[in-house]
Amino acid sequence: MTSAADDTGLPRVKLDYLPALLVPGLMIVAAPLIGSGSTWATLTVAGLAMGMMIFIIASGLTLVFGLMDVLNFGHGAFISIGAYLALIVVVPLAPWFAADSLPLNLAGLLLAILVAMAGSGALGYAFERVLIMPVYGQHLKQILITMGGLIVAEQMIHVVWGAQQVAMPLPTAFRGAITFGDIAVEKYRLIAVCIGLVVFGAMFLVLNRTKIGLLIRAGVENGEMVEALGYRIRRLFVGVFVAGSALAGLGGVMWAFYRETLTANIGGEVMIMVFIVIIIGGLGSVGGCFLGALLVALTANYTAFLAPKVALGSNILLMVLVLMWRPMGLYPVAKR
Amino acid sequence: MADPILRLEGVHTHIGQYHILQGVDFEVPRGELTVLLGRNGAGKTTTLRTIMGLWKPSRGRVVFDGQDIGGRDTPDIAQGGIAYVPEAMGIFADLTVRENMILAARDGAPDQARLDWIFSFFPALKKFWSLAAGHLSGGQKQMLSIARAVVEPRRLILIDEPTKGIAPAIIENMIRAFQDLKRSDTTILLVEQNFRFASMLGDGVVVMDDGRIVHRDRMAALAGDPAAQTRLLGLSLDAHQ
Ligand SMILES: Nc1ncnc2c1ncn2[C@@H]1O[C@H](COP(=O)(O)OP(=O)(O)OP(=O)(O)O)[C@@H](O)[C@H]1O
Ligand SMILES: [Mg+2]
Repeated sequence: MTSAADDTGLPRVKLDYLPALLVPGLMIVAAPLIGSGSTWATLTVAGLAMGMMIFIIASGLTLVFGLMDVLNFGHGAFISIGAYLALIVVVPLAPWFAADSLPLNLAGLLLAILVAMAGSGALGYAFERVLIMPVYGQHLKQILITMGGLIVAEQMIHVVWGAQQVAMPLPTAFRGAITFGDIAVEKYRLIAVCIGLVVFGAMFLVLNRTKIGLLIRAGVENGEMVEALGYRIRRLFVGVFVAGSALAGLGGVMWAFYRETLTANIGGEVMIMVFIVIIIGGLGSVGGCFLGALLVALTANYTAFLAPKVALGSNILLMVLVLMWRPMGLYPVAKR
Repeated sequence: MADPILRLEGVHTHIGQYHILQGVDFEVPRGELTVLLGRNGAGKTTTLRTIMGLWKPSRGRVVFDGQDIGGRDTPDIAQGGIAYVPEAMGIFADLTVRENMILAARDGAPDQARLDWIFSFFPALKKFWSLAAGHLSGGQKQMLSIARAVVEPRRLILIDEPTKGIAPAIIENMIRAFQDLKRSDTTILLVEQNFRFASMLGDGVVVMDDGRIVHRDRMAALAGDPAAQTRLLGLSLDAHQ
C-alpha cells in the first residue's frame, strides 16, 4: 500500500467546502422565488436568527452523541427549564425590562441568561448522574429514560409555574426594527445572530485551541484511544453534557424572547428541528451542526412564506435530500 | 528474568459469550523486548487489550510492577506507565500530527529533544507536522501511532503488528527506532507476524494459540531452530527470505 514516495510527496488536501456553499446557495435560489427583495431580506434575517438559536441548542447534543453514543431525547427539558428559569429574573425585574434604558435592559437580559444557563447546567449535571450514567451503552434504555425525564421536567414546570401561557416581553431597547432603505430588520433578530456567532466562535476556539477541546474532538473520533492515552472520557463527557445543557438553556431563553410567550412544551417544539439539524450536520460534528441549523431555519422561513401548506414537511424533505447526497451528514465524523 | 515488569497469571478473557483467552501465562522481563507470536485469531490482540484494560479479564491476574491491574480502568493503566499502539493505529484523523502528539504527551507539551529523536527515524512526521492526520498514508499513520507511544518515556509499550501493510523502507526505520529504544532500557511487548522483523528485535518470545501460550523461549534459540518455527508458526525464517 505504502511506497517510499510517501516520505516525499505532500498528500493533496481537499478542503471540503461544498456543504458551506449550500447556505448561500439556498439564499440565492430563494431570492427569485420570493420576488420582493425586502421580503427576501426579512425572511433571510429571520432564518439566520432562528438558525443561530437552533445551533446553540443543538451543538451540545451532537457532541453528547459523538462522545459517548448517548441518545438524549430529554434535551428539550433544558430548553424549557432554561426559559422558565429566566422568569425568576424577568418577573421581579420587569421595570428594568420595561425601562427606556439600554443599560438596564441589557443588564436584565444578561442576568436572565446567566440564571437560565446556570440552572439548566446544574439540571444537566443531575440529569447525567441520575438518569444517563446508569444506562451508558444501552440505546433503548437511554431513549426511554430520557424521554421520561423530559415528561417529568415538563410536569414540574406545570407544578411550579402553572400550565397557562406566560408572557415574555422583550426589553424595550430590543423591540422594533432597524430599517435599511425599504428593508426592515427586527433588532432582536440581529442580536440573536450576534449571540449565535459569539457562541460559535467561542466553541470553535475551545475545540481547536485548547487541550480540552482537542480531547473532545479526539474522543468523538475514538474514545477508546483517548482512554488508552490516559484521559478519562467520562469526565470529559460530563463536562460536555453540562455545557450542552447550559447552552440549551441559553437557546431556550432566546427562543422564548423571540416568541415573547412561554409554555412548558417550548422545548419539544424546537427539538424536532434540532434532531433534523444534527442528523443533517453529521452526528458529532459541530461545524455540520452550524450549517445544518442555518439550512433548516432558512428552509423553514422561506417555505412558510412560499408554500405555507408544505412548511412542516419541508425540513423532512431537506433532510432526505441531504442524506441522499451524503448519507452520514454534511460533515461525517471519522469513527474508529 | 528475576523481576518481570509484567506477568500474566492464568488470564481468561470473555468477549460477550465467547471465551477468547483461556488461561494465558507469561512474563515480560524488564528492559527487554518480548515478541508475542501466533497465527491469526490466536488471541494476541485480545491479550494486549486485556493488559490495557480495554477488555476486563474474567479470571486470573495481570501483575504490572507488583500490582494487579486486571479490572482497572484503561486511563489508570495508561497513567501507570503503559503505552499502547493498537492494531488499527487509533490515529485521530481530524487532528493534526502535532495535536495527536500533544495529546500523547500527558505532562504538558512534547519535549523538543525527544521529538527530534523521533523525527530522526520518522522524518515524515516533521514534514507533515501541521497536516490533519487523516491525510497521512498508512505507513505514516503507523509512524505517528508509534511516535505517540514514545513521546515520553513509558515503563512498558504494547505494540500490535506495526509492520502490517508497511513498506520495507519504513520497516527498516522502525527496526532502528526499536533498537534505539531497547538501548535506553525501554520494555516492549511486541505482537508480530513478520518473523524476520521479530527475530531481529526480540530478546524473548512467547507463542500463542487458541487463547493459550504454547511456547516460551529466547528469541535466539527459536530463530536458530527452523523445526520449532515450522511446528509452532507453520513457517520458517528461510521461507520468509
Ligand atoms: N469484538 C469481538 N467479538 C467477538 N469475538 C472477537 C472479538 N474480537 C476478537 N474476537 C475473536 O477472538 C479471537 C482472537 O482474536 P484476536 O484479535 O485477539 O486475534 P489475533 O491473534 O490478534 O489475530 P490477528 O493476527 O488476526 O490480529 C478470534 O477468534 C476473534 O474472532
Ligand atoms: Mg490482532
